[in-house]
Amino acid sequence: MYSTKYMKPNSTSEALDAINSLGEGKFLAGGMTLIPTLKQRLANPDGLVDISGCDLDSIADEGETIKIGAMSRHVSVAESAVVKKAIPALAKLAEGIGDRQVRNRGTLGGSVANNDPSACYPSAVLALKANVHTNSRSIAADDFFTGMFETALEEDEIIESISFLKPTKANYVKFPNPASRYAMVGVFVAQFGDEVRVAVTGAGEGGVFRHQEMESVLSSNFSADSLSSVNIVSDGLISDLHASAEYRANLIKEMTKRAVV
Amino acid sequence: MSEGIGASVQRKEDKKFLTGKGRYTDDINRAGQVYAHFVRSDIAHANIKSINTKVAAEASGVVAVYTGEDIDVGGPICGWVVPNRDGSATHEPPHPLLAKGKVRFVGDAVAVVIAESLQEAKSASELVEVDYDELPAVVNLETASSGAEIHEGMAENRYFDWELGDEEATDNALNSASRVVKLTVRNNRLVPNPMEPRSALAEYDELNDSYTLYTTSQSPHLTRLVLAAFMFQIPESKIRVVAPDVGGGFGAKIYVYVEEAVCTWASKKIKRPIKWTADRTQAFLTDAHGRDHINNIQLALDSNNKITGLRVDTLANLGGYLSAFAVAVPTYLHGTLLSGLYDIPAIYTNVKGYATTTTPVDAYRGAGRPEATYLLERVMDQAAREVGMDQAEFRRLNFIPKDAFPYQTAVALQYDIGDYEPALDKAMEMIDYKNFENRRSEASKRGKYRGIGVSSYIEACGIAPSAVAGALGGRVGGWESASVRVDPTGTITVTTGAHSHGQGHATTFAQIVTERLGVPNSSVELVHGDSDRSPFGMGTYGSRSLAVGGVAISKAIDKIVEKSKKIAAHLMEASADDVEFKDGKFTVAGTDKETAFGDVALAAYVPHNYPLETLEPGLEETAFYDPMNFTYPAGTHIAEVEVDPATGVVEIVDWAACDDFGNLINPMIVEGQVHGGIAQGIGQALLENAHYDENGQLLTASYMDYCMPRADDLPSFKVGYTNTPCTHNDLGVKGCGEAGAIASPPALINAIINALSPLGVTDMSMPATPQKVWKAIQDSQSVAAE
Amino acid sequence: MGEISLNINGKVEKHDVGDNTLLVDFIRENAGLTGTHVGCDTSQCGACVVHIDGVSVKACTMLAAQAQGSEITTIEGIGTSDALHPMQEAFKENHGLQCGFCTPGMVMSAIELVSKNKNASEKDIRDGLEGNICRCTGYHNIVKSVKAGAEKMGG
Repeated sequence: MYSTKYMKPNSTSEALDAINSLGEGKFLAGGMTLIPTLKQRLANPDGLVDISGCDLDSIADEGETIKIGAMSRHVSVAESAVVKKAIPALAKLAEGIGDRQVRNRGTLGGSVANNDPSACYPSAVLALKANVHTNSRSIAADDFFTGMFETALEEDEIIESISFLKPTKANYVKFPNPASRYAMVGVFVAQFGDEVRVAVTGAGEGGVFRHQEMESVLSSNFSADSLSSVNIVSDGLISDLHASAEYRANLIKEMTKRAVV
Repeated sequence: MSEGIGASVQRKEDKKFLTGKGRYTDDINRAGQVYAHFVRSDIAHANIKSINTKVAAEASGVVAVYTGEDIDVGGPICGWVVPNRDGSATHEPPHPLLAKGKVRFVGDAVAVVIAESLQEAKSASELVEVDYDELPAVVNLETASSGAEIHEGMAENRYFDWELGDEEATDNALNSASRVVKLTVRNNRLVPNPMEPRSALAEYDELNDSYTLYTTSQSPHLTRLVLAAFMFQIPESKIRVVAPDVGGGFGAKIYVYVEEAVCTWASKKIKRPIKWTADRTQAFLTDAHGRDHINNIQLALDSNNKITGLRVDTLANLGGYLSAFAVAVPTYLHGTLLSGLYDIPAIYTNVKGYATTTTPVDAYRGAGRPEATYLLERVMDQAAREVGMDQAEFRRLNFIPKDAFPYQTAVALQYDIGDYEPALDKAMEMIDYKNFENRRSEASKRGKYRGIGVSSYIEACGIAPSAVAGALGGRVGGWESASVRVDPTGTITVTTGAHSHGQGHATTFAQIVTERLGVPNSSVELVHGDSDRSPFGMGTYGSRSLAVGGVAISKAIDKIVEKSKKIAAHLMEASADDVEFKDGKFTVAGTDKETAFGDVALAAYVPHNYPLETLEPGLEETAFYDPMNFTYPAGTHIAEVEVDPATGVVEIVDWAACDDFGNLINPMIVEGQVHGGIAQGIGQALLENAHYDENGQLLTASYMDYCMPRADDLPSFKVGYTNTPCTHNDLGVKGCGEAGAIASPPALINAIINALSPLGVTDMSMPATPQKVWKAIQDSQSVAAE
Repeated sequence: MGEISLNINGKVEKHDVGDNTLLVDFIRENAGLTGTHVGCDTSQCGACVVHIDGVSVKACTMLAAQAQGSEITTIEGIGTSDALHPMQEAFKENHGLQCGFCTPGMVMSAIELVSKNKNASEKDIRDGLEGNICRCTGYHNIVKSVKAGAEKMGG
């Protein structure tokens, strides 16, 4: 790792001051992606602003939504009584991220801000009509993810919390990459009354995406059988040494079927 | 005796590992130590136009920068060669310690930067400018012969072209067969991945003009021999090689690599200790890979379904340089095993070993024998299917009968002993083979395809009888040494040239001493891994430590017992011929005279009452043991799987292994070796693959992409044994370290094919990833629809 | 460079190191506790697992600076060769280790696993050890060890 400066502010505003004081500073949340990147010398920031002291790790039931602080560790979400009660699928998703040690350190905000195309959380953000609250604004999920590793966040913008809309019913099923254990395909299905949202991660060349055709089929008939007629096109899906676009297309349908129960 | 041979004694070495007190190479630091980092080629094949180290040399903390032009000693050598079919010799191109003029794989070391800290060495490495003239990469084994020339003057990129067996007899068998079963299989390339990456700490002693190298080696004496005699051309006494605790090897830590040698060489140049430790990416790029064969198989059957002949034409990918035992793996560790446990009258094999612009390939757990077993057990299954016989019964029909031993195969080896049916029967019983079809139908109701796969294997272990190895092209001996020192108080120190890196020698070897001398296990200390402290030995590989090293200990103990009897006879005023030794006591036949082993030991060192006129004092003996033959562990593994047709995921639902390792010294440790071997075999069959793109970039160079077996990928295993003790060593042992990795891949692939056979699937390549299995199902369904 | 002070196994370790120092390097190089190992670069092998305030983490994926103010426990801090931790004992009795390199991380993960789930099934244990790679044992005896360790720890 190149030499760098470590800073640990006590509030979001101090964190912003800190990042602004640096030339090429980076926010450090759980560090599960950033630290390995630094270790391999793939980035050379002049400073790291650790936001774990900024009091961003609360989890609260706010009626229509569950609001989760950006620094909430995956394990906290997985084990949160509030989340388990209101959106068990979200707790299940968190429980399945990485391994135990990754869940003990990795955070919601870090994962969402990074928008790795094979991360689990973006699918929940998209399917659960979440609002991403930053220091300066709230961004609707549909506007937040703008491409692989790209989001609507500005340079000096920091995620403080994310509000997930409580669904009538939801489920997340993932098919992990056998090596990395990231999602090769992950499907988050959420039902809000008559409306159904299906968000797919791990598969899209542009990162997480909603699958409109499956959404409309499931909105009229919420059953796995109803998906049989859906043709998942492989255009725009990732093809790599682990899985072809064609195989990913199959997994999208299969994981969605398994999520609809 | 509860701590002797056959007892599951808990391991003596565990406490230190469990409390974090293990001492691996990277745990060791020396005063004034500096750090080496290698500049590596990121291009698979290129001429080096120029290297500019000037800026790097002036960077912060840099002590020295060297390139191939600075190195004045030789590089790694080839430890085994074979004659070509036309009588010419194996092509042995030079392998410089740092690239000279050309790079031949991604990861090839071009320069070394030595600095006060590792971070400074890494930073300065980025300042070394290498100007390459890129050449076409040669990646595909099947077309390697027509690829760009990798080594000057080496035609068709071929290192060797070797044959074994009777071609005419075999072709006659194929021509007159009632059925010829044909199959082509690929043995996928693997990366050994011991969890401890390779490491070296080299120190030069100016006063004695000598070197000490701490390193991650399975064979410290061989490392010293190669460094001193072949690379540096200095007396061996000037180099001490210490392999402290070593975190797994699996073959990858047998060889002397360039990094260890460069650090040793440079330690004299800069007169400071130098440390280098690979990170995992470097391990992926530079540890010798394993397997990577393509085999074309033709099996001849007569009208009674008996095998009459076998022809195997093999292409072996050996990578950018010829590693130490690379030649032996596809030839003498592979071609000689093609008879398996079957009675095959005519066998012929041709093996062509090619260079490609990839990491060198050498021995990895099993080395040649997994490849032989895989191709044979795949074609056996294919044959059984074609003739409509049960896979187990087809094997049974062709087994070498138990009264045929010693059995001379058509491919040079003579099996001393074996009895293959009981192992097959026991494995079938362990997995409840006879009720399998019921389980298949039950699974089918759940929408799953269930399959069962058999693999019967044999391996040649206890490497090696020196005369045989020498006649076959080996350039080293195959013996092992041991010395047994009885201390005045009766405690025992055993030193051995074998090296333990997980095998539990400190425990197992002590059990041999306990059994033979009647001393408690805790009184026996094992010294190994230090060329200055133990006699010259060949190290640990090829399941040889017990079958060769353990027997050497037994031979040294024979000498101890013989001398002890003379001392005891003197103490008891009897004739040595009348003295008997049992359970740690010397007695005189027909009398009640008795003396303890401890009293004899004391007398040997305090010889006040001692036959000094006829006998030297002291009680310490050394033995060198060179085996008469290989040992031949054999057995049957049966895997049962369920395939999910929607995803192609293969779940291993049951595994039965029944092995004949001869006598077992410590069944607990043997079982652990079997488990670990099976896991690596399952890794090969389902998960692992070293994948190069067409430019020679290794795409699977980290655990993000190279799929290591994890706990949730594997089942628990049922392990059983049969026993036909080896006839030619004193302990009746055969070796157990590689069996699991040899037996398991075909069992698993055969099980998957068996599961999908109702769909008409007859082939599956390794690794059988979910995508591949799913695709096979899809393709079979589209064929069915046509 | 700056001073980083960490509480490791109840002892304060204060060293002048760069902010970019990884926790695992601080533990190994500065505190001299070499039982914590490094087996990969991508946070997957788990040879470096330690506990921070009782929670298992991969020390290779954390800066030493991030652990300031926490209590760090390494393999050296859970038992001694005269008084092994019940999980260490279980690994010894069940041949849960061979080369020993992954073992410290494996034991540290196992202790947390069992403390969260006293009645862990074989499947729970296999799933719970996802972050620890062993190349020697095939995991069979590790699973057995963790089960036995759970019983010893009062599961």
